[in-house]
This record gives sequence, structure tokens and C-alpha cells, in this order.
Amino acid sequence: MWQAFVRWFHKWSSPKWFYTMSQPWSFWLGWAATLIIASALVWGLMFAPVERLQGNSYRIIFIHVPSAFLSQAIYAAIAVLGLVGLVWKMKLAFFVAKQCIPVGASMALLALVTGAIWGKPTWGTWWEWDARLTSMLVLLLLYFGLWALHNAMERPESGDRAAAILALVGVVNLPIIKFSVEWWNTLHQPATLKFTEAPPMHPSMLIPFLMAIVGFYLASMAWVLMRTRLEILQRERKSRWVEDELNRFAEGQ
Amino acid sequence: MTFLPLLKSVFRREMQLAYRRRSDLANPLLFFLIVVVLFPLGVTPDMTKLADMAPGVLWVGALLANLLSLDLLFRSDYEDGSLEQMLLASLPPTSLVLCKVWVHWLVTGLPLTIMAPLLSIMLGLPGNALPLLMLTLALGTLSLSLIGSIGAALTVGLQKGGLLLTLLIMPLFVPVIIFGTGAVQAQVAGLPWQAHLAMLAAMTTGSLALSPLLTVAALRIAVGD
Amino acid sequence: MARVLSAVGLDCERDDRHLFRDLSFDVASGEILHLTGPNGSGKTTLLRRLVGISSVVDGDVSWFPDSPERTAEPCEKIWYIAHRPAVTLLQSPLENMAYALALHGIQVPESVVWDALETVGLRGFEDVPSHQLSAGQQRRVALARLYLPLEPDRVRAWVLDEPLTALDIEAVDRLKVRIIDYARAGGSVIMTSHHGLDSETVRTLELGAAL
Repeated sequence: MWQAFVRWFHKWSSPKWFYTMSQPWSFWLGWAATLIIASALVWGLMFAPVERLQGNSYRIIFIHVPSAFLSQAIYAAIAVLGLVGLVWKMKLAFFVAKQCIPVGASMALLALVTGAIWGKPTWGTWWEWDARLTSMLVLLLLYFGLWALHNAMERPESGDRAAAILALVGVVNLPIIKFSVEWWNTLHQPATLKFTEAPPMHPSMLIPFLMAIVGFYLASMAWVLMRTRLEILQRERKSRWVEDELNRFAEGQ
Repeated sequence: MTFLPLLKSVFRREMQLAYRRRSDLANPLLFFLIVVVLFPLGVTPDMTKLADMAPGVLWVGALLANLLSLDLLFRSDYEDGSLEQMLLASLPPTSLVLCKVWVHWLVTGLPLTIMAPLLSIMLGLPGNALPLLMLTLALGTLSLSLIGSIGAALTVGLQKGGLLLTLLIMPLFVPVIIFGTGAVQAQVAGLPWQAHLAMLAAMTTGSLALSPLLTVAALRIAVGD
Repeated sequence: MARVLSAVGLDCERDDRHLFRDLSFDVASGEILHLTGPNGSGKTTLLRRLVGISSVVDGDVSWFPDSPERTAEPCEKIWYIAHRPAVTLLQSPLENMAYALALHGIQVPESVVWDALETVGLRGFEDVPSHQLSAGQQRRVALARLYLPLEPDRVRAWVLDEPLTALDIEAVDRLKVRIIDYARAGGSVIMTSHHGLDSETVRTLELGAAL
């Protein structure tokens, strides 16, 4: 059992194996994500019922909430991958972690933008120092820091390890940041501006909502896979198989 | 040979170096002074409004001043090769890092803390909040030196690490600012402040436990490059 | 003879160029390993890997492989004098020595340190800030630790990166003699240099040629 796991782990930690195996995966994940997100949005934006308190403006949750979920999940994934990379010296984990950064940052940005758009009809202002928006902003800054550190390092291998350390510090800090911002928020905000707790959702809202979340997960995975495949080609460019692969591309053109 | 006398001579070396670079040490203090002077000029000279903002202004000013000086924490040791020797020492490198961070706090965080009451008068902060302001600043700057040492280690090999260091460390520092200023503001408003202080102390203790390990790991990357 | 160091399958690639590939060698006690090769052939990188501070070389290095103290991090068992000699310019030679000894956990009477500094020709400069010294004199501050009369099993190997640069002829000769004496007493030396060393215990390893 353990032996089998170790063998599996070794296989998957080889960039070449990963590159070869991930091709159909990124294809099918991408299509599945597109289909699910499209149907969730059509259902959510056009057919789901109007919400009692907020009217139609609530519909932005079909984008806002999944992207907010993903931005946090991806940061956690970066930290875990970084730890795997540092402990087992696994190159592939670093490659994936690096390419998760722009995806996670885009999700955080999307969550912030949709949050602001949602804030306009709900609060009457584009920006409110709401606890969730504030911690999302801090998360976006953490993403920027990771990316900047990668770009500042001369050797990509050093950038990988440095960013892994930073991600570990960040992931320890993230719950504390969220907690502190919520605390700060309750002290400073008049209660009227707070979101009321969402009432239990009607199935006709809940199903497209869950579909949107699943769709965003799949889309992020597909995106990270595609970016990682490019990263592998770039970082392993001196190896024989990448040369062959690139030649194959050139001939195919 | 025992551990403590060795650590003492390392500590003595760090203090000596800090003393011989004393002109560098004045810069964070001057920066702090200038931020606090610019603030009323830019916002309002109204003392009652300034008093409301004073805890936040003093905290942010002190932290930025402390952060600016962190870039130099490992730089000269990196450049002259001492850092390599530290990582090869028979003493645990974490203890050397702690020693450096402690000295950094003694020559930066502590003077900033001592300077804060003077500047708080200029911002009209009520006098009864002073002891708590100083206590939170002392804890906060120590915690910043600890967390910042990770950032300083990550950027020590880079030509222009200073600005990047700020970008890396500031987001991590949100909770400390919140609890630190929160405690002082709560006391000024006559509310209970003990919980804020406890959280701040917990943050500082946590960073004391974790940051030396991560700093050493980051230094190994910088040196091993 | 007991091995002091064993390196297996060292492999280094920098900027798309292989500096060395599958390099394996042993160093015995009492042996001097002289690394030669043109500039940029990876000598410094190799030394840094041997002492355990470089992350750009793959392969295995173990110190004292035949004894229970087998380790990858020799720490206080060796003197490593790098290209950047770890001389803090704001401190005097005496203070620099004291710090180097503290990091190594070595305690010797101060008179011994004075003697070592005198041997390398820094008499009268002991208390001068190092930034007032010439490049050669700064080099000597770092080299002074090699002249300390330590027990042979206290520091068992020297790893020296271009120790002879910036020194005058007399100092070069003195250091060569010192290195050979140290090896004769059972210590091992791994060094890079563009100078030759005349001794029957010197083995040369050339980098940048065998590829």
C-alpha cells in the first residue's frame, strides 16, 4: 500500500510524466468548467428567483462567492505545495505553486471587483471597509508579494524556495488577519452597514450557486494545469524531451 | 565551552557594530518625527481631531520607521561574507538571528518607543494613554523586527530589496497594527483594552517562536544562491 | 588512511552550462587537494558545496565518512575561508578574530590571538578598524586564524578559496609552509589557487577540462 503510494508519488513528481499525463486533463477540465459555469450563470442570472431583500443585485454572488472561496483555497494550496517542495525537494510542486499565484490573485481581484459592484446598490458606495473586503484586499497584497518575490530572484530555484517560505508565513498569518480584521470591523462599523446573515437559500438558488462553486474550482484547476505545463516547458527547456516536444510543435504548425 | 559566554560575545559584537553605525540609527527616528510633523500639516491642526487619530498615526509612523531600517539587518554581513560563517557556526544559527533581531530592537524599536510620548504631545493624545501606547509600541516593534527579519533574509541577496521587503512584510503586519492601535484607542475611549493587549502579546510570542527558524531557512537560500 | 571527506556524483549547472558533471573524490587526512582550473570553472561553487552552503550543486558530500561523527555540515570542525573573507570592516583585526573564534566555539587566551596576528604581519594594527587596512592586510586578518596553535583534532580540515591572492611574496611563502605543516600534522586542506604548491602530499584536481 505504502510502496504503491511512494511509486505513485514519484511518478507524479516527474515533470515529464506530469506534462504528458496532464494534457487530456487540462482539456477535459477546461471544457467541464466552461459548461458548468455557463449553465450555472444562465440559471443563476436568468432563472433563479429574485431575492426578497436585495432584489436582483444579489445575483452577483454567483461570481463573487466562488471567486472569494477560490482565492483563499488557492493560497492554502500554494503553502501546502511550497511545504511539499521544501521538504521533499520536489520541483514539480514548486512549479504548480508558482503558477497558482496569478490564478489566485485573479480570483482575489475578481472577488474585490464584484464585491465593490455589489456594494454600490447594497451600501450605496463602491468601497466599504467591510471585514471580508478588507481581508480580501490583504490577501491580494499577499499574492502580489509572492509574485514580486519570484520575479526579483535571479535563479528561479531560489525564487521557488523563497516564495514557499513566504507562503508559509502568510498561511499562518491569514487566519489571524481575518480574525483581527473582523474584530476591528465590529469595533468601527455601525451595524447597519453590515451584511445581514444570508437566509437559508431556496434550492432554485442553491443549486446554481453550488454549480458555480464547482465550476470555478474546475476552471482554476484547468488554468493552473495549463500554466504549469508552460512553466515545465520553460524550466526544463534543456532536457531532451522538451526539445523533442517543441520540435513536434514546430512541425505541426 | 558553554553556550552563553559565546552568545554574549556575539551580542557584544552586534552592539559594537550598531554603535559604530550610529548615524544610520538616527534615520528611523528622524523619519518618525517627520511623519508625525507632516500629518497635522496635511490633515488638520485641530487638536481634538488629531487626538482621535494620534494612536494610529504614531503606530503607523513608528512601524514604517522600523521597517525602513530592517533592510540593513543582514546586508553588511551578507556583503562581507560574515553571514556564511554564521550559518557554519557551531552555535545554532537561530540563536545568532535572535541576537541580531534583539539588538535591532534595542537600537530601533526601543528608541522609537521612548520617542513616542514626545510626539504624542504634539498630536494631543491624552496623557493617561501614554503608558499603554509605549507598552504596545514596544511589543509591536519587537514583533515587527521578528517578522521583518524573515523579509530581510528573503531579500538580502537582492540589489534593491528595501521596497520589496515592505511589500512582503506589511500585509503580514495587519493584525499587529489592529491590536496595537485598538488597545490605545480603547483606553482613550474608556473601554476595556486588556484583550487587545493580550492578543498583541500573543502575536509577539508567536513570532518569537516561529520567525527565527524561517529567517534561517531564508538566509540559507540567499547564501546558497 | 582515514577519509576526511567523501564527495559522490557532484553535478553543477549554472546558466545553462554544466560546470562539472558526476564529480567524485575523497580527501584523506594529511592530504592537500589543490583545485585548479580556469576562471569560472566552478571552483568556488564546489568549495561552497563541500562546506554545505551552496544549493546549486547536486550530489552527496559527507565529512568524516568513516567515523561516527559523519556529517554533511562540518561546522566547527573546519575553517572555511571564503573569497569574501568575512572581515567586518567596522571592527579591528582583534575583534574580527574574537568573533570568528566565538562562532567556532573556540576559547583561547588573548595572547595566542595576538601571536597569530603578529605572525601574519599585523603587529601594530591589532586595534585599527579594518577598513583602514589594505586589501592584503584584510586578507591576513582572515588568514590569521590558520596560525592558531589548536589541537589537531579540533579543526580537522581547512577549506580555502584563493587564500594566496592579494598577499605579498613573503606572506605567500609563509602560508604555503603553514599549509604543508598542517597537512604533515594530520590536517586536510582543500584549496583553490593559481599558485603551485610543492609537496608530496598535494593532489591536483582540475576542473573545467574533463568535460
